[in-house]
Amino acid sequence: MPRTYVKAVHVGYKRSKVVHYPHTSLLKLEGCNTRKATNFYVGKRVAYVYKGEKKDLKGSTTRYIWGKITRPHGNSGLVRAKFKRNLPPRSFGAPVRVMLFPSNI
Amino acid sequence: MAKNVLVKGVPRHSKSSQYRRKGLQYIKNKTTTPKKSIVNKNGGKWYSTVDISGRKLAKKGRGTAVLRKSITKGTVLILLAGRHVGKRVIFLKQLPSGLLLVTGPYHINGVPLRRVDQAYVIATSTKVDLKGVSLPDDFSEELVCRPKAKTVGGKSEKAFFATKKKGRHAFPKPTDARIAASKAVDAQVLERVNKVPYLKEYLARGFSLDNGDYPHLMQF
Repeated sequence: MPRTYVKAVHVGYKRSKVVHYPHTSLLKLEGCNTRKATNFYVGKRVAYVYKGEKKDLKGSTTRYIWGKITRPHGNSGLVRAKFKRNLPPRSFGAPVRVMLFPSNI
Repeated sequence: MAKNVLVKGVPRHSKSSQYRRKGLQYIKNKTTTPKKSIVNKNGGKWYSTVDISGRKLAKKGRGTAVLRKSITKGTVLILLAGRHVGKRVIFLKQLPSGLLLVTGPYHINGVPLRRVDQAYVIATSTKVDLKGVSLPDDFSEELVCRPKAKTVGGKSEKAFFATKKKGRHAFPKPTDARIAASKAVDAQVLERVNKVPYLKEYLARGFSLDNGDYPHLMQF
């Protein structure tokens, strides 16, 4: 399978000094180091891919949590993303796939 | 107040949840007679002093999606999702439903005549001259749809409780008419592709990101 997604890392949740906001996750995209560069990715779909124990109907143990990139976060190329279900804390540092769709090129 | 839109193009609430929130399920079937506009009864010379209330007339369904400017007849597209992810295909035309009709051609990269949504496609700057390429006369969008499973009168009790088989879904086989249409179109497209040096090789080669490839810096 060709890779048609950009690699990203789940850095953590949106937060203030003390409080975490798990409904929004922060992602660091590969090769994306400025706020301007994040423009391309806003609105794109994101998938956190992990393995579960039980097989699904297709016989696969791979599971997905889908989300969307909502906006840039700060000036160094981080983005905020919202997921259908909040990402679990054990996904901190884990790879996340940033799809190239919905495309506007 | 919470914003209704997270960012341009990303609404906070999905269409279906908005439907519930507004309680539209309760007023869906209510028939109201919209008040007639009295703004221009006097030939548009002045505005009426009476406020006009009443519900706006509902729009008649949605129109078809507007085609992106970058996509024109003969544009080479990169597919971003689905069975043929990463393959380069040729755009033929926009169908009445708004979906794009594309072909590989099948002989080159295995993509038959099929439909894709423009959201799942990257338009490249490569274009093939498709002047004179025409679809068969009997072509209709239903031809390239996936045939719907027959569920007349609902499933039988036995079929309903039958456990689904594990493994990949069996895709329905394409109809003969569809194969014929695909062949007829591909023959014309191939002829034009072969005229351009290296185009065949380009279409045969898939698109894939490698380490150090960043799509936000790419010129497609």
